[in-house]
Amino acid sequence: MKPRPPLGRKIVNWVVSAGAALSAIVGIAFLVWITWEVLYRGITALNLDFFLHLPTPPGVPGGGMANAIVGTLILTAAATALSVPLGLMAGIFLAEFAEDSHLGDLSRFSANVLMGMPSIIVGVFAYTLVVLPMGNFCGYAGVVALAIIMLPVVTRTTEDMLRLVPNTLREAALALGAPRWRVTLAVVFRAAKSGLITGILLAVARVSGETAPLLFTALNSPYWFHSLAEPTPNLTVTIFNYAMSPYPDWQQKAWGGSFLITFGVLWVTIVTRVMLRERKG
Amino acid sequence: MKQGGQLHKAAPEAFPAASRAFPLMAMGDRLFRWLTAVAALLVPAVILAMGVDLFISSYPALAKFGPGFLISQEWNPVTQEFGAASSIFGTLMSTLIAMLIALPLSLAIALFLVELAPPRVSQVVGTMIELLAAIPSIIYGMWGLFVFAPIMATYVQPFLSKYLGFLPLFTGPPLGIGMLTAGIILAIMILPFMSAIARDVFALVPNVVKESAFGLGATTWEVTYKVTIPYGLVGLLGAMFLGLGRALGETMAVTFVIGNARRISLSLFAPGNTIASTLANEFSEAIEPLYVSSLVALGLVLYLITFMVQVISQWLLRRMYRAWSVGL
Repeated sequence: MKPRPPLGRKIVNWVVSAGAALSAIVGIAFLVWITWEVLYRGITALNLDFFLHLPTPPGVPGGGMANAIVGTLILTAAATALSVPLGLMAGIFLAEFAEDSHLGDLSRFSANVLMGMPSIIVGVFAYTLVVLPMGNFCGYAGVVALAIIMLPVVTRTTEDMLRLVPNTLREAALALGAPRWRVTLAVVFRAAKSGLITGILLAVARVSGETAPLLFTALNSPYWFHSLAEPTPNLTVTIFNYAMSPYPDWQQKAWGGSFLITFGVLWVTIVTRVMLRERKG
Repeated sequence: MKQGGQLHKAAPEAFPAASRAFPLMAMGDRLFRWLTAVAALLVPAVILAMGVDLFISSYPALAKFGPGFLISQEWNPVTQEFGAASSIFGTLMSTLIAMLIALPLSLAIALFLVELAPPRVSQVVGTMIELLAAIPSIIYGMWGLFVFAPIMATYVQPFLSKYLGFLPLFTGPPLGIGMLTAGIILAIMILPFMSAIARDVFALVPNVVKESAFGLGATTWEVTYKVTIPYGLVGLLGAMFLGLGRALGETMAVTFVIGNARRISLSLFAPGNTIASTLANEFSEAIEPLYVSSLVALGLVLYLITFMVQVISQWLLRRMYRAWSVGL
């Protein structure tokens, strides 16, 4: 076999290495570009009115997204209240009882699959489950949709965090005669507490930026939040409606809302990542 | 890590004296185990319930239109004639463009992070790439519509039109929004997921294998091309399917920039629609039961496609992680 000249191979290697570095730069460039644009265009829209007032018709000054901000907080809090206990329980089962069992494997596999399902399909599911029987768009449907999206994330992070707790801790508690449920809830949880909270924060951050599942469940509303049984104002659908409108001042407000969401989510994500990295050693 | 599960044998049965003396304790433990098992079962139950529910709700449309629903280009709420063809085409086309761009890019980034960059640089750059995944989808849509699409319309599309306009792919007016723009934005969105897994794959290939190739005089590229990638092919395929699944279901970013036109066109500059964008735009306005049912039928199609893609992806990734946890 005739050996190829080394120079040709070196050139190919050099070109590919340059291409790889360039690809990384391209990725980072898009991140910087997008966050910069959101920052630049959004910060001018934020003023006191934005945080305190209800929306006004296009062209009328002084409007804000106060109701949408409150609505998003309420929807996210309700979804968290629904999904976190279930996710914690599921995570406990996977970490404490289901090392190699078939049920555990099925649950883990399903959690990964559910995490990849499109959020708009979850919205359709919540629509048929809650909106159709109730007869109108309501916040409950939005809460259900968001909770379904959060559930597998909380389950997975709970399992990961609980697994990090060493067995010696469990054995010590059991040796003292504590029942299994007490070992888990009182001892293991306390040891894994910051990791669990971090995981929950990550799920909350992810779900607070979701638009698609709310589009036809909680819908949107230009009034203050009144009840979860009615269409509930929320930031993401408001941004969508404003952005698609032909009015420049509404589009400007959409950028303001985008700024809020982006930096809220990014900040929580970065903080949780730093905390998770410290945990894993 | 086998920390927690091994203790499942330390159930009440392991402490027979305690169970006899404290039957309430044994019952409490059994109840605890049962409750948590039910919670764990909830996840697959939800997936199953979604499929069943979508099927039931879309049944009127499926019964009326039959399998022709999938290939009919008609979508008319006035005459109540619905067909999924343009939506399915748009979904597949935008995903294809996204995959063509994102797949080589993610492999290149993984190569950079694992083989070429010093450890500190690799960590920082890797985190920044992963942050792309944290940006909400609607932000990509905003940026795409107000920042990226005008640039496409002003610079990129006229350029392509001028030099490659003889191809049917690049015909039509440079609107800025359309299939190509949607595909590019999708590519940026799925890039972090695919490159994270590709990076894991490249890092998990045993050093011994790579070093033996280096020892034979191979360049870094040759080691990657001839050793690392074939070795990690299962994982890379899993990454590819994961990105595919994400791109298929992406809603908000696509809705902003795809133009929402009900047609099938060969040109990349043309507007179109995807299943997700149709659902996003029309679902809240649909009143007639057949209209709603047809929309749910679209959702069912998307559910089935993404479910299959996700299952394949997870199966491949588990094979990889399982095989390599007992590696060299």
